[in-house]
Amino acid sequence: MKTEPAVLTQTRRVRLVRSDAVQRLLAFGALILIIVVFSLASPNFLQFDNVVGILLATTVTGVLALGVTFVIITGGIDLSIGTVMTLSAVMTAIFLTEWHLPIPLGIVAGLATGALAGLVNGVFIAKLKIPSFIATLGMLNVAKGLALVISGLKPIYFNDTPAFNQAAMGSVVSAVVPGLDVPNIVLVFFGAAILASLVLSKTILGRYTFALGSNEEAARLSGVSVDGWKMAVYTLAGLFSGLAGVLIGARLNSAQPSLGQGYELDAIAAAVIGGTSLSGGEGTILGTVIGAFIISTLTNGLRIMSVPQEWQTVVTGGIVIIAVYLDIVRRRRQA
Amino acid sequence: MPEPVGDLLVEMDGVSKDFPGVHALRGCRFELRRGEIHALVGENGAGKSTLMKILAGVYRMDAGRIRLKAADVDIATPRAAQQLGISIIHQELSLMPHLSAAQNIFIGREPRGRIPFFIDERRLNEQARTLFSSLNLKVDPQAKVGKLTVAQQQMVEIAKALSYNAEVVIMDEPTATLTETEIDELFRIIRKVRDNGVGVVHISHRLEELKRISDRVTVMRDGQYIATVDTKDASIERIISMMVGRTIYEGAAEIPETANPEVVLDVRALNRGRMVRDVSFTLRRGEILGLAGLVGAGRTEVARAVFGADRPDSGTILVHGQVAHIHSPADAVRHGIGYLSEDRKRYGLAIGMDVESNIVLATLRRFADAIGRVDFRRTRATAEQRVHRLDIRTPSIRQKVRNLSGGNQQKVVIAKWLTADTEILIFDEPTRGIDVGAKSEIYHLLNDLARQGKSIIMISSELPEILRMSHRIVVMCEGRIRGELSGAEATQEKIMTFATMRTTAIGPQTAA
Repeated sequence: MKTEPAVLTQTRRVRLVRSDAVQRLLAFGALILIIVVFSLASPNFLQFDNVVGILLATTVTGVLALGVTFVIITGGIDLSIGTVMTLSAVMTAIFLTEWHLPIPLGIVAGLATGALAGLVNGVFIAKLKIPSFIATLGMLNVAKGLALVISGLKPIYFNDTPAFNQAAMGSVVSAVVPGLDVPNIVLVFFGAAILASLVLSKTILGRYTFALGSNEEAARLSGVSVDGWKMAVYTLAGLFSGLAGVLIGARLNSAQPSLGQGYELDAIAAAVIGGTSLSGGEGTILGTVIGAFIISTLTNGLRIMSVPQEWQTVVTGGIVIIAVYLDIVRRRRQA
Repeated sequence: MPEPVGDLLVEMDGVSKDFPGVHALRGCRFELRRGEIHALVGENGAGKSTLMKILAGVYRMDAGRIRLKAADVDIATPRAAQQLGISIIHQELSLMPHLSAAQNIFIGREPRGRIPFFIDERRLNEQARTLFSSLNLKVDPQAKVGKLTVAQQQMVEIAKALSYNAEVVIMDEPTATLTETEIDELFRIIRKVRDNGVGVVHISHRLEELKRISDRVTVMRDGQYIATVDTKDASIERIISMMVGRTIYEGAAEIPETANPEVVLDVRALNRGRMVRDVSFTLRRGEILGLAGLVGAGRTEVARAVFGADRPDSGTILVHGQVAHIHSPADAVRHGIGYLSEDRKRYGLAIGMDVESNIVLATLRRFADAIGRVDFRRTRATAEQRVHRLDIRTPSIRQKVRNLSGGNQQKVVIAKWLTADTEILIFDEPTRGIDVGAKSEIYHLLNDLARQGKSIIMISSELPEILRMSHRIVVMCEGRIRGELSGAEATQEKIMTFATMRTTAIGPQTAA
């Protein structure tokens, strides 16, 4: 027993270098590379306003990606996060603009809408055993339709509550460090990421998220109430969609009922690029955050270089395929 | 003989359970006392595991009752069983490879931190370390289970079951993959647990093991209770006769010693990952080559590499003396090699399709004309012929394969490969999940095929089966071939010696 610690430290160090960290390091390296290349190619890229633009662009997709990371680690998928975000934004708008309720209540309404949609997903998937792909594809359309119906097909503006947009786009940071106008909404994203990271790595919900994706049957046989935790995970993903809805509403100062579909794919791509395995059991929040930044930085850089938007989409798609392929290669080597 | 009731921990009575098409258990009984090691024996398919899974809340019984400490109990879920103090170690490892050993052991009952829902990871690892050291186990609690060896994983599994402080511990073939030293270690632990007043159920195939470890033996056969005897009063011969009940297998097959049969398959220095290391062997025309070893020895991996299902890292495969470039199962089939997976329902059959479709599945192109129209008269004729020749018991060739018994499903797979003109057939656990009566039919069929000049590689974990069927036996352990025996000289003991020649010890795994 006395000689063991040396051996243990050694294995631990080796593990750190060889295992899951690899894709995250790879992703981080890729992000640095992208930044370097674009800042060499265009002097505007590293301008403060552009950096804030990148941060803002990452925020909404990033929050969605945080939630979907949990779902993907369980071995499932959630395609409804984009339109659930839209529905949540619309509900917030109804509360604030139509019913003139206080802003905090509007925020709660948005979060609750997202969580409820997630819970419904969870019930269908865990209790009725509908494959997550199908259940959330259904929810994608349901939420999209409801958002259009409730809003009456038109954008709802937060004109009566200017404080909502001001709170989001104002900058607490600049009050402390004058000139550093980082919008509060970006801080919300980082706050949410830290929270998600804690939940995933330190709480029982996080532990069972991995357990579900690693070997669901083993978890069940160990007495874990698999169905309950699965519903919790989808509800959590819904809650993050709700948060994304509140954020996008505040940022655009309006709820746009036709905006939202497509966001889910960027979010899923962010998680996958960051090393979350589509076959479940593996993933980190840090990886997902890096993944989200890769996508937004790339899109931003290509736009600055005047690459047409169609080609930006092609590039992002290609990157996702490469990321998934790298994951498969890594898995094959481990086997 | 009436026992004092307080002494009885578990009483199961009249327990019945049906699965689609099978009476798994019929009116079964079982009892377990405090502080005893109770061996549960029977042939494959006798219902031992099913009975114990009912006790552990994995399955619900259709009829019968269970009494725990003289009180009727309803064990609806694994969690309910755990709360009643019943713990089971499953035969197939049920761990989560992405989690650490400690995380696996305490899954579902993690020590909580001060903040609600937060896990006290330090205490978790500490508890695991204490548990491991009490069992004398050298495993790093923080090592991911997926990176441990099979034997280490097994030990984690055992530590996990014991960690529930259970009053009833059920071990479903815990020794199947362990070496002698590891088994001694396990037995030491089991005895310690028993002496603390726990009732231990030990399911095993190895009868000599039962003599060493158990206090009483319950024998099951064909889903029924046969008898319970004190181990010290029962000879192994008597237990075997109770298990078998009737003579199912006739004596070992005669081996036709053809003069200099041609080598049809020559595998040289095949490597793939950790499970296939420097594997070389030959297979002759009309030969049945037994591939023996413990579960996880790498036999299936060798078969899959030869069949092109997994790409080997290095090595050469010669078919009829010619180098064969096998990169996919389609290449293997072109070279006349067929693989019959142990998991027929997943890899061998389209179970939702009928007998005819399955038989011609691999060769449909041959029945089609230039623009892809299938000549169904010919497929029907071929299927009818195969069904007749192999004596596949089915109401018609239109029957869905799902509705056939395990033995007949296996015959359909064989029919498919025969239709594809395969010369070399690799059978992976050909009688797994097949009831006892149908087994001997499969054996006859394998012998017939060999006599007709087919060459057969048979992977089997059942030593009697290997010994009975094989002309020659190759034994694997940890991805390497450890020995070769002729059918005549092979014994269970010799095979087991080769099968347990390990290089890796149970201990902290250094990065390989």
